[in-house]
Amino acid sequence: MTGPVLSTAPVAGAESGRGFLREMLRIRRFEEKCAELYSAGKIRGFLHLYIGQEAVAVGAISALEPDDAVVATYREHGHALARGIPADALLAEMYGKLEGCCRGRGGSMHVFDASRRFYGGNAIVGGGLPIAVGLALADQMQGRDRVSACFFGEGAVAEGVFHESLNLAALWRLPVLFCCENNLYAMGTALARSEKETDLCLKAASYEIPAWPVDGMDVLAVADACRRAATAVRAGGGPYFLELQTYRFRAHSMYDPELYRTKQEIEAWKQRDPIPAHATWLRGAGLLDDAGLASLEQEVAAEIARAVDFAERGTLEPVAELERFVVSDEPAP
Amino acid sequence: MSVPSQASASVRTTYRAAVREAIRDALQRDRRVFLMGEDVGRYGGCFAVSKGLLDEFGPERIRDTPLSECAFVGAGIGAALGGMRPIVEIMTVNFSLLALDQILNNAATLLHMSGGQLPVPLVIRMTTGGGRQLAAQHSHSLEGWYAHIPGLKVLTPATLEDARGMLWTALEDPNPVLIFEHGGLYPLEGELATNAGAVPIDRAIVRRPGRDVTLVAYGGTLAKALAAAAELAADGIEAEVIDLRTLRPLDTPALIESVSRTHRVVIVDEGWRSGSISAEVSARLMEGAFHELDGPVQRVCAAEVPMPYARHLEEAALPRVETVVAVVRRLVGGGGA
Repeated sequence: MTGPVLSTAPVAGAESGRGFLREMLRIRRFEEKCAELYSAGKIRGFLHLYIGQEAVAVGAISALEPDDAVVATYREHGHALARGIPADALLAEMYGKLEGCCRGRGGSMHVFDASRRFYGGNAIVGGGLPIAVGLALADQMQGRDRVSACFFGEGAVAEGVFHESLNLAALWRLPVLFCCENNLYAMGTALARSEKETDLCLKAASYEIPAWPVDGMDVLAVADACRRAATAVRAGGGPYFLELQTYRFRAHSMYDPELYRTKQEIEAWKQRDPIPAHATWLRGAGLLDDAGLASLEQEVAAEIARAVDFAERGTLEPVAELERFVVSDEPAP
Repeated sequence: MSVPSQASASVRTTYRAAVREAIRDALQRDRRVFLMGEDVGRYGGCFAVSKGLLDEFGPERIRDTPLSECAFVGAGIGAALGGMRPIVEIMTVNFSLLALDQILNNAATLLHMSGGQLPVPLVIRMTTGGGRQLAAQHSHSLEGWYAHIPGLKVLTPATLEDARGMLWTALEDPNPVLIFEHGGLYPLEGELATNAGAVPIDRAIVRRPGRDVTLVAYGGTLAKALAAAAELAADGIEAEVIDLRTLRPLDTPALIESVSRTHRVVIVDEGWRSGSISAEVSARLMEGAFHELDGPVQRVCAAEVPMPYARHLEEAALPRVETVVAVVRRLVGGGGA
């Protein structure tokens, strides 16, 4: 079922077109601030930046309904923001504050929001795939026409659980939208150095799952492909697999000297930066001008300044609550 | 949630049938409950526990899975998050290691990592233990390992009542609960009250009262401890037998209470001695009842070897009644170790 990259055929409405730019800018500026705050020692632990890949989370999540589920990875700030987790709660989480979306217990790699059906945040590569399969199983068994969108990197394809999960989803025709973000490197290991077969769609297709590569640097292409895929999944067609071809501009984490790729390669990909690309498209369509872009940047900057202020003013969970939520005493929903 | 009274009518049954009845009862009570695992449907369960349930409940609720422990245990977690009440069956504890990532990194952590947002009401059942000449990849007792993990509850039903009653309580619990069924117990026959139902899963129980020594056992070692107690009684040594029932949370007060009366303790555990649940029980008694002890805590555990196939070697590797008796005699006689 592999084939050519899907086209950006339907032109996005003016509002969603500008909305995509706003969402991508929010993620970009949020993470630039995170990097700064990390250097300042305000954020600790591992910090994996999504910069360069914003079109994937923004485009894909635009195709989902509020009661669909999202399962993501440890590089999930973009997905969390695109899903509507407020920037202030997300940043407070990274500060380790009680006001964070997980009371500061999860940090950057483990972001959850049950109210938005955002199920992580998972720092084990491939660990989220069977959870998405199970969420979809629950929907199928309860007759709900929901989609569970599962984001993972191309590195997860090497894990056994990737194959187990795709097989199970296909076997039981479960409503899972598998979104494989191929940024070409599993930490420092290039795809071609870890996989004999580098056509990821072929792997998914071997489980009889419809699978398509998509230009992950083009937010409209991502949104369009995900909307079509989600529609098919929601209609009961079983799982769908999209390979979203993208690139991470920053290091794997804050401790990565990037010995495994060249500056030229990074620069070449930056020429395809999804944010200016989409801004150019909006200008061409007469949907954006200098003043519009400036006011968008201003809005985003103000939101991030408020988030920093919120996180700074946040409080620490009392140590007496350390063992709270290890087990629950209340009936599960 | 109480142990049925002696007066109620009873039926002759087996541990296997009691587990099956517990699953059937749960499926009837709650539409959200379903069973999934390898060969639970058409095959009827590797140990025939789920035999007949496919015909009664259909393939939606009795789900045969591919041989992919990591995926179907993870799917159980996801289904629990999605509002279902899955019972996931893993054929043996050794196979559960293929799903350990999902059990430890997700099931046990999601509630805490999410700041209380995501309870995982999942039940995982699996067989454990040796004694059937299945050698070193089907016979181990790793329940003590799982009891190391905060966020999990670990149950070891040793009687028909617990085989019948622990499952429903586990399903009502908002946390991931692991139930370890000792493979040697499935054919166990006995009387079970016709009105047998849910039992508590947070406390140990005295199975035989005694004043001279406390024998601590669980799961597959309960029968051995009771047999040892019967033999010791002939010598005038009254051994109290405590069935732990639940390895996490461990009912420490019940252990301290018993040892405070008997002043001696022997722990019988089919797990390896090093870093075992028996070590944990011993440590808790040192912390909480040190001055009550008239002699050192003693342990009868599995030999520290991968389980051998040959019958005589396997028997030698497992805790034996005569060893328990000998250790108790030495301890009560004042000899200590």
